[in-house]
Amino acid sequence: MAEVIKVGMADLNCVYPPDALITLGLGSCVGICLHDRETKISGMVHIMLPYSHQIKNNSNLAKFADTGIAKLLDDMLKMGAKRSKVVSKVAGGAQMFNFNDTSDIMRIGARNVVAVKETLKNLNIPILAEDTGGSYGRTIEFSSDTGLLLVKTIGHGIKQI
Amino acid sequence: MSISIADLNSQQIDVLKEIGNIGAGNAVTALSKMVSKRIDMKVPIVNIVEFKEVADLVGGPEMLVSGIYFKVSGDITGSIMFLIDNDSSRTLINWLMGKNETNAELDEIELSALKEVGNILAGSYLSSLSTLTGLSMTVSIPSLAIDMAGAIMSVPVILFGQVGDHVLLIETDFIEGINQVKGNFFLIPDEQSFEILLKSLGVI
Repeated sequence: MAEVIKVGMADLNCVYPPDALITLGLGSCVGICLHDRETKISGMVHIMLPYSHQIKNNSNLAKFADTGIAKLLDDMLKMGAKRSKVVSKVAGGAQMFNFNDTSDIMRIGARNVVAVKETLKNLNIPILAEDTGGSYGRTIEFSSDTGLLLVKTIGHGIKQI
Repeated sequence: MSISIADLNSQQIDVLKEIGNIGAGNAVTALSKMVSKRIDMKVPIVNIVEFKEVADLVGGPEMLVSGIYFKVSGDITGSIMFLIDNDSSRTLINWLMGKNETNAELDEIELSALKEVGNILAGSYLSSLSTLTGLSMTVSIPSLAIDMAGAIMSVPVILFGQVGDHVLLIETDFIEGINQVKGNFFLIPDEQSFEILLKSLGVI
C-alpha cells in the first residue's frame, strides 16, 4: 500500500516508490516535484520565497527556491537517485489577492515561479509540466510510481499533469 | 536590532493579547451593531507558530473560506486578515441585506458587501489600537479571496518568511448564537513593529 507523505510550508520530503507526496493549499508558494525516471525516487519541496541570498535569515533551506531545490536534489541523490534521470513538475505561484499597487511582495507568486524555473535550468533539470499562476489555491499530489502530478482546486477543476 | 519573536517575554505577549482584546472588542461591537445581533468574542490568543502549522489554526489548509486581507501602514506595518467560513459569510450577508438566500455563492454586490464588513471591522480594530497607543496607522483597501485557507494564509505568512521561520498572529474568534456565524480575525504585525508597539505602551 502506497503511503502519502505530507509536505508543509517551507518543508521538503523524499520517497521511494510507490509512495506519494502531497502539499495542501498552495497559494503564492510553489510546489516543485523532482522525479528520477529510472529509480522512481521522488521528492517535493514547498517554497515560499525566491532567493536565499536576498534574505538575512536563511537557515531553513526549504523556504527558498534556490536552496530548496538544491537540497531536495541532494537528498534524492543520497537515497540513490540518478542525477541524469531527474525531471521536474511545478505548480502554484498564484496571486491570491489583487491590490492596485504592484509592490514586489504582492507579486511574490510570479517571482517565485521565475526563480524556480531559473534554478531548475541552472541545474539542468527539465520541466515536464507546470500549472502555475492564476488567482486560486492548489492542492498537489505527486505519485512516485507514475510520475503524475494531480492538481486539485476549488472552483477551477482538477487536472493531472 | 529590533526585538524578534523569540525575545518576547510572557508579559509582552500578554500586552499583545490585550491589544487584540481591545481592537477586536471594538470591531465586534461594530459588527454587532451592523447586523443587530449579539456577537460574542473569545479571549484573544497570541499564536507563535512555525509556517507549516499556520493552516491548522484555521480548520485545515483545504477548508473553503472567505479571506479579506488588508495591509497596515503608518507607524507600524503588518497585515490584517479576516477569515470567515463559507456558510457564515452567506448568513452574515443575509442579515445585512435582509435576504433569505441559501445559495452559498455570493454575487457581485454581496461580495462587495462582505468586503465592506471587513473594512468596517479592520477600521474599528485599528482606530481603537491607534487611540490606545498614540501611533498612527492606516489600512489599505480590502482585498477578497474565496479559496483554500492554506492558500489564503500563505500571503501574510510569506511576509514573515523574509525575517524568520515563525509567524506571530494575534487571533480573535467570534461567534454569533449557536455557531451560525464564526470568524477569525488576525492582526499580524511585522517583526520590526513589535518594538514600536510595545514601546508605545510603555512595556519596554
